[in-house]
Amino acid sequence: MRFMNVVVCVKQIPDPAAPARLDPSTWTLEREGKLILDESDSYGVEMGLQLADQAGGGEVTLVSMAPRNETSGLRTALAMGAARAILVSDPVLGGSDALGTAKVLAAAIRRAEPDLVVAATESTDGYTGTLPVQLAELLGFPSVTFVKKVTVGDGKVHVERQTEAGFDEVETPLPAVITVTAGVVEPRYPSFKGIMAAKGKPVDQLTVADLGLPEGSVGAAGARQEVVSVEPAESRKAGEIIVDEGDAHTRIVAYLEQLKVI
Amino acid sequence: MTTGGEDPLSLLAVEHLLSPEEHEIARTVRRFVDTEVKPNLGGWWEEGHLPKEMAKSFGALGLLGMHLKGYGCAGTNAVSYGLACMELEAGDSGVRSFVSVQGSLAMFAIYRWGSEEQKSRWLPPMAAGETVGCFGLTEPDFGSDPSGMRTRARRDGSDWVLDGTKMWITNGSIADVAIVWARTDEGIRGFVVPTDTPGFSAPEITRKLSMRASVTSELVLDGVRLPADAVLPGVSSLRGPLACLDEARFGILFGALGAARDCLDAAIAYSSDRQVFGRPVAGYQLTQEKLADMALELQKGFLLALHLGRLKDEGKLQPRQVSLGKLNNVREALAIARTCRTILGANGITLEYPVMRHASNLESVLTYEGTSEVHTLVVGQALTGLNAFT
Repeated sequence: MRFMNVVVCVKQIPDPAAPARLDPSTWTLEREGKLILDESDSYGVEMGLQLADQAGGGEVTLVSMAPRNETSGLRTALAMGAARAILVSDPVLGGSDALGTAKVLAAAIRRAEPDLVVAATESTDGYTGTLPVQLAELLGFPSVTFVKKVTVGDGKVHVERQTEAGFDEVETPLPAVITVTAGVVEPRYPSFKGIMAAKGKPVDQLTVADLGLPEGSVGAAGARQEVVSVEPAESRKAGEIIVDEGDAHTRIVAYLEQLKVI
Repeated sequence: MTTGGEDPLSLLAVEHLLSPEEHEIARTVRRFVDTEVKPNLGGWWEEGHLPKEMAKSFGALGLLGMHLKGYGCAGTNAVSYGLACMELEAGDSGVRSFVSVQGSLAMFAIYRWGSEEQKSRWLPPMAAGETVGCFGLTEPDFGSDPSGMRTRARRDGSDWVLDGTKMWITNGSIADVAIVWARTDEGIRGFVVPTDTPGFSAPEITRKLSMRASVTSELVLDGVRLPADAVLPGVSSLRGPLACLDEARFGILFGALGAARDCLDAAIAYSSDRQVFGRPVAGYQLTQEKLADMALELQKGFLLALHLGRLKDEGKLQPRQVSLGKLNNVREALAIARTCRTILGANGITLEYPVMRHASNLESVLTYEGTSEVHTLVVGQALTGLNAFT
């Protein structure tokens, strides 16, 4: 078996358990506090680790873009077993849109010369779900989305791709980009030995200049989309309570028929 | 939590006092407890057991003997061990007790007093949770005064033969190996006893009203014959078992805070939701006074625990300081659990909420590993120089 180099894209996000705040001047998410590994990326990390393991030799390199050289989320993934990380952090990257982020990540990923790039279907804080395919396009790699099972061999990746009806079997040559959905593997808990070893694993910290990207092509300056306004989600209205006076079942049926669900 | 309120421990931003690794270990154990432990606890507690298979999950994470170095142990610092105990006991005192007994009593006894052969043979499978250990010091008639123990080991040729009874032994009936302390002609000595040795039995103590998600047993040693190399070579006095108990107590003074935090979380969530006279229970001044006092004691206890942990990591922690910590933190945790029960009213007595379970467990924690009375006298002696034990 040959050495398998898997890159997993990970996002470090504000803890979803704490209330999120938007910057009222830019309508972007405030990322001032401590950031953690996006849980949706833990599935990709687990899948990457399993693939490297199954290949009989290989390792996982994490690639992330985050403000203020934040590494705490990367440390979690390194503790799970990833070998190293590439972190792009630069003040000019504030206000990046998905495409700008994809350009930065693609430039960082090229340095890692991956056989396979794994990403989550979407992040938990941004939810655009567009980044992985943009990444594939920029890298010139084929991409397969919504992957639930992967096997790698003979320079190809064979995947089961989740569909509404079941799953498709798809095969594509390497290198490729795949996106994994939450729940397809069970992310391991980082062991305490792993947590302590993570401190010593290499994290390459790069700026936009290090990546050789033209000034103004990324970050707020390069963004081709802009959030123009934000409205609070409509609060859920109280439901209708049907008190049973002997005819509750007919009233419930009538209500469901009116909704055209039966 | 269902409220917009603050985490009781974040009021003082205590997380800033932790290293990234300590924080990550605590967070990992918390997630493990939330996912693998809490959903099953009500059932375990009601049925009165803790599945032995959990040992392997604890081992995979690195919890067993986590602050010991080498032999498959994770080798964390003492503060990390304390934080792990706190998160485990936020699940249940029985779960934390399992880890305390395995790591700080059984494994530590071998680690501290054992031969190289004993360490190499026993510690790696115990760290992995493949082998479960227990620790026999207390006897039916000797608790706070272990020097009166009746369990005896006598030489027979090169062999040792053990006779006696040990009581209130956590993990006794599920253990593969027991560390048994016995009186010998050479003083108090520790023995590594495989539990399949003829003459060894460990009947389980049932009908408990506390520590129900934990296995508690009697150890019966009836002419248990052991080879010469079963004795722990490093110690032949009560200092042997007492050093182990100091290790376990250190975990308890963090652990009890976990139970208290879980109760307080439940009380804040419940009182914010539950209405009385048309508004939330949490909106009443009497409730807020309870909540504020409990949060205060919880944070004071955490700062005390963390201070003792830092001393331990510097190798400066004294047994009397551990007594002080256990005395305060278990007492306050029990008071918090009882107060939270009053906030939950009748709901507080059910297994739907954790508070009565924690309160009931903490009644055991109050007296095991040194009773509050004994710890009080240790502190009293430190202050006055006078021994008031006897």
